[in-house]
Amino acid sequence: MNTIPHLPAVVDIGAVPIVDTASFTQSVREYLSEGNTRHCLHYVAVPHGSDLRCIAILASDKEHHCHGISHVVSPGATVPSISQHHPQMHIFERDLWERHGIEFEGHPWLKPVRFPVGAAHGRGIDDYPFFRIDGGEIHEVGVGPIHAGVIEPGHFRFQCTGEDVLHLEIMLGYQHRDVEGELVRSGNPRKRSVIVESIAGDTTIGHAWAHAMAVEKLAGVTCDSVSEIERAIALELERMAIHMGDLGALSLDVAWQLGSSYFGALRTPLINFFQLWCGNRFGKGLIRPGANRFRLTSELRSSMRTTLDEVEKKFTALVNKMFSLPSVNNRFEKAGIVTHEQVALIGAVGMSARMSGLARDIRHSHPHGVYSSREYASIVEHGGDVLSRALVRRREIDASIAIIRDLLTELDGMLSTSPVPNVVSLAPNSIAISAVEAWRGELVHVVVTDATGNISTYRVKDPSMHNWFVLALSVRNNEISDFPICNKSFDLSYCGHDL
Amino acid sequence: MLTMLKILAETGRQTIPDVTKVALPAIFRGKPEIASTPCESGCTTCRDLCPTSAIRISNSTVTLDLGACVFCGECADECPADKIAFTNDHLVASNNRSSLVIAEGDVSSITFDPDLVRKEIVGTFGSSLKLRQVSAGGCNACELELNACGNVNFDMGRYGIEFVASPRHADGVVITGPISLNMSEANQICHDSVPDPKVVILTGACAISGGVFANSPALQRAYVDRYNVDLYVPGCPPHPLTFINGVLTMIRSKHA
Repeated sequence: MNTIPHLPAVVDIGAVPIVDTASFTQSVREYLSEGNTRHCLHYVAVPHGSDLRCIAILASDKEHHCHGISHVVSPGATVPSISQHHPQMHIFERDLWERHGIEFEGHPWLKPVRFPVGAAHGRGIDDYPFFRIDGGEIHEVGVGPIHAGVIEPGHFRFQCTGEDVLHLEIMLGYQHRDVEGELVRSGNPRKRSVIVESIAGDTTIGHAWAHAMAVEKLAGVTCDSVSEIERAIALELERMAIHMGDLGALSLDVAWQLGSSYFGALRTPLINFFQLWCGNRFGKGLIRPGANRFRLTSELRSSMRTTLDEVEKKFTALVNKMFSLPSVNNRFEKAGIVTHEQVALIGAVGMSARMSGLARDIRHSHPHGVYSSREYASIVEHGGDVLSRALVRRREIDASIAIIRDLLTELDGMLSTSPVPNVVSLAPNSIAISAVEAWRGELVHVVVTDATGNISTYRVKDPSMHNWFVLALSVRNNEISDFPICNKSFDLSYCGHDL
Repeated sequence: MLTMLKILAETGRQTIPDVTKVALPAIFRGKPEIASTPCESGCTTCRDLCPTSAIRISNSTVTLDLGACVFCGECADECPADKIAFTNDHLVASNNRSSLVIAEGDVSSITFDPDLVRKEIVGTFGSSLKLRQVSAGGCNACELELNACGNVNFDMGRYGIEFVASPRHADGVVITGPISLNMSEANQICHDSVPDPKVVILTGACAISGGVFANSPALQRAYVDRYNVDLYVPGCPPHPLTFINGVLTMIRSKHA
């Protein structure tokens, strides 16, 4: 394995060692066996002559570094599955099986991920092999792809006895637009910037930043320090806005009307601030490789301080009330528990890990930009239930307010007018890796260039790729009527998963 | 109880009193204007950088299709002749696909053509319109803005316009996203389940034209050619006020 000391990183693809499949499997297994603080950031395949070179990027939360290792596999070959020993690898191996036809022997759950065009398994979206429990008292409940509200599509298949859920299987892929293929096919760098902003609209800033860092590394461009600070402000603002909206959604699902209305009303000034800053309520158009297109002027900075003060005051009163209401706590507490052992085993990331005692947070483990110079303490709860997930959101809103205030102070007196550079030429034969702790958890972008410096492979990992399984586990042995609050407490991304 | 009343009092009235008369901040990128001043000789900068090929140049005149535009504004930033500018006019929804194409010198607002409204829906939904939303490859930004239409700020429900769970209870469909192949069948089933007469609304650049994913092999867009589209709502995503005003204009329109 070669060590990658910091993220974002660019390395010559030749520097990532190629070992035989047996050594690869053994090395990855050994690496992941070192407790709960190690996980796989991504596992991608790139063309290698007529074969495939499968590269694993492994990360340690504790030692703050990453490792790369690869092995060469023929399309359609059979290799031993690592998932049978480390279930966190299941989604990556399923993805490689689906895209390239690599058979993973011993994989406990080798099923389609997102039904891309030309999938090696040859299955269409109406042909998913669902797990099924048989028995006289068992009934099945199917929900979706179209759900009751204005939300994205996905299919949930519950196996129930009476009101109790024994098992939930989540089948996705309806949102697949071939984002990664479009990123490779598009020779227009500006188009790529717009595509990444549409990977998941609720994580516009996160994905735009991850993309920008990867491209900056490949182009050898350094982003100005004002842009760095502004990006972190935008990321924390995005986190606050979504957490605020989700606390409102949770209130709605437990029939607390005041929270439903007013958390929503408190989200409005936050996303309207994005509109004031860059002309779009989601921050689309703000971040580009090299620099930000819109600057936090001194007027905007002072307007942001005022907005934060007002939101904080109202939020504190509202959220204190929320968590003092027996009718709310009664529904949240002990609902949808996922244990620490489960989240570690399945490789949960972000708040889906932190709600059950696993302190996985890129801002702490692999900090970049302004996070490198700060001792950022991850917010961790231990209950693993809906209450813990709601509390993580509450505490992260408070933390984000503090971080933004701190960054605004740092910005005092700093101004930048550096224009967005025209990033054209990328380093050839390289692999760039970037990671951002967006509100759901770590986003990872892996960009590979060919001998002429064109992008040959672009792989995106949205945190939801890991965390959908956590939602499925959360409803086991719960009443099916608690599914909505479990679902809202995670609020996972369909389009980020389906790509 | 007292705390809740205090929260209510301190938060105050949040609702925009009249959604038809709101000016968005100047920086908001709404309807663009293209000046008739000549381009620099042979210049194709705007067309080349446009991420969705929304810009055409023929005979040295520039047109911009709002059905494809993601309002990134990069064309306006880069045009060496400063011909393109985005105004804050958010009233860009129309039932006429061709009126979304902005030509040089076009400074009037986007028009809605009352005579194009199908006669079976004129006057039918004037005070009540129930909609079934289908996200077919949408990135969730359009969906979040459609949800925001019903929040305490925009309160679309006061006009009788609401999203409903069952297509059987709906008067029409609102499609977001470029219509992925994997979602095309479910989208069609949903459409077929809505009783006639029904309206079809395409929301966002992806739904109207495929947007930034227009060339992706993972789409199946036959649906948009199969039916009469009653309203196009441009944007990436469209502002809630763009959607609400577009729908209000549609349901309130009368034939001449």
